Amino acid sequence: MAGPPLLEIEDLRLGYATERGTLWAVDGVNLEVRRNEALTVLGESGCGKSSLARTLLRTLPRNARTPSGQIRLDGREVLGLPEERFRREVRWVRIALVMQAAMNALNPVVRVGEQVAEPLRVHQRMGRREAQRRAAAAFEEVGIATDFLRRYPHELSGGMRQRAVLAMALVTEPDLVILDEPTSALDVLTQASIMNVLKRIKAERGVSFILITHDIATSSELADRVALMYAGQVVETASAEAFFGDPAHPYSRLLMDSVPRLHQEQPPRAIPGRPPSLLEPPTGCRFADRCPKAYERCAEPPPEVAYDTRHRVRCWLHHPGGRR
Amino acid sequence: MSAPAATAASAPGSDSALLEVDGLYTHFELRQWGFLRTGTVRAVDGVSFTLDAGEATAVVGESGCGKSSLARTLLGLHRPTAGSLHFAGSELSSLGRADLKAYRAQVGYVQQDPYGALPPFMEVRRILAEPLIVHGIRRRAERWQRIQAALEEVGLAPATEIAGKFPHQLSGGQQQRVVIARALLLRPAMLIADEPVSMLDASVRVEILTLLHRVQQEHRLALLYITHDLSTVRHYVDRAMVMYGGRVVEQAPVDALLRHPQHPYTEALLSALGDPDAANAGRPRPVPGGEAPSLIHPPSGCRYHPRCPHAMAGRCELEPPPPDFRPRPEHRVACWLRE
Repeated sequence: MAGPPLLEIEDLRLGYATERGTLWAVDGVNLEVRRNEALTVLGESGCGKSSLARTLLRTLPRNARTPSGQIRLDGREVLGLPEERFRREVRWVRIALVMQAAMNALNPVVRVGEQVAEPLRVHQRMGRREAQRRAAAAFEEVGIATDFLRRYPHELSGGMRQRAVLAMALVTEPDLVILDEPTSALDVLTQASIMNVLKRIKAERGVSFILITHDIATSSELADRVALMYAGQVVETASAEAFFGDPAHPYSRLLMDSVPRLHQEQPPRAIPGRPPSLLEPPTGCRFADRCPKAYERCAEPPPEVAYDTRHRVRCWLHHPGGRR
Repeated sequence: MSAPAATAASAPGSDSALLEVDGLYTHFELRQWGFLRTGTVRAVDGVSFTLDAGEATAVVGESGCGKSSLARTLLGLHRPTAGSLHFAGSELSSLGRADLKAYRAQVGYVQQDPYGALPPFMEVRRILAEPLIVHGIRRRAERWQRIQAALEEVGLAPATEIAGKFPHQLSGGQQQRVVIARALLLRPAMLIADEPVSMLDASVRVEILTLLHRVQQEHRLALLYITHDLSTVRHYVDRAMVMYGGRVVEQAPVDALLRHPQHPYTEALLSALGDPDAANAGRPRPVPGGEAPSLIHPPSGCRYHPRCPHAMAGRCELEPPPPDFRPRPEHRVACWLRE
């Protein structure tokens, strides 16, 4: 089960410089991931979830501003770490990332085995032979026969390429693996088998995961905890039981009602309206104009309210003295 | 709604079916240097079904199962290799150029990637005017009237404002609404929607599916909804058919298919999916081994036999099962287990 805090994120902000001013994609995010815990960051496109992942690993595009706030790994601040030390001590050594559509970003002219071994060679300066041996072990772990180490990416099916990318993230034995939409481009059966691999690795290795996805059903396949993002902010953080069983934020509830389900008579319902622009977000609650429960107080920015143990909600309804 | 297209070229096989597909094959030749035949992709390999006027059917399958090739054959974009396609009583292959054009006006097409489906350098007004011009609506005022009506029908208001925008100025959901408006402009009798929501967010997905369902009902359109996601078929279609390796393996009314799947592949698809539930994280899902079959060298016999947990040696790998065992009155299944 989950151990002590591994990653703590406090008041993290990340902006992009645009022609029309700064766009705050991540706007005051607080999160925590414990050892051997899987946190799902759930949200619709443009909510800032991918920016959050890229901030954690510093793989930001050029127009990104310097992020502010705190990121602590095992209690040690790493956001301010100089780039050289971050590369040597954190990126891919402690935290690995599987980027969105990474399976299609493999180098087509380099054998898959070499690419999977590359993080070891670059970040840990490991010798070729030892790195290849570790790559073979990682291949076995994700369920690809080791003969495929000598193949080129086009010789692998989509599902195998995604497994290879996963092997690349695991090969350095990081404490935390961030997965950005790892299965969204895959077929149903391939998706399920990749999620099975992740479940097994989590149980066997004790790795922590941050799974970033817009797909609510997929998010429940790995999550111990869920953080729901909306317009750059986390609106609810809860255990998977609480989130999927009885969510507290009105947005969470509406989102759950919008999921098409196989075994339910009630048809799914869309949420009216659309998210605000991140260039000029509303001053109060960002969901207020779509919220059926909004009242006067929602014109002020809502604080994050402790709703239960490790369950926080950014909503006035749950504030002491708020209207339930 | 206008009357179905074209003159009757051959006798229809049944009175109510709008579309009748019988033993349809669409193969693609693989060539090297333009002339050496090196193989055949059997994308659609013996598909039969009917679609009534006003009936909505889902075609479900994974990538490479032939569902998009089937759609493109029905749209007249690929010539079938063999088999027959009757639409409103006319055999498609017998249609001349003019009749084929009239047929295409009868079939609206909703593409998967709305942004890719809309030319980026054209305003919405111009995008929507194009099919009307092609199909001979000369008067500008009449065109505008129909464009306006179509935009309003798909919930894009005010029409004048939307009409002046370029696709990139619209959200993904709005772009898909424009694609649907374009598909409806010529007042078709049938819509073919190829993965219309797979690029969209959860809430927008429901909006678009609801919209498609509404226009399908209001205009009594025949709808072929092509998807890889079985969880999005309930509530929106009457029937569903499941494709695997270029063939239909099971077809039934949608509730029967979801509740009592008869083909092991349909069962596998259903058990790989789950409704959101915290308990999902603790248990692995049953997934058949192996990969989707090659359409160039498909497995012998039943195409699912190499992955099937119930395959019967001496039977399934030798003979392809006929497509219409009826283990339950409303199901048609291609599986020897249901003989």
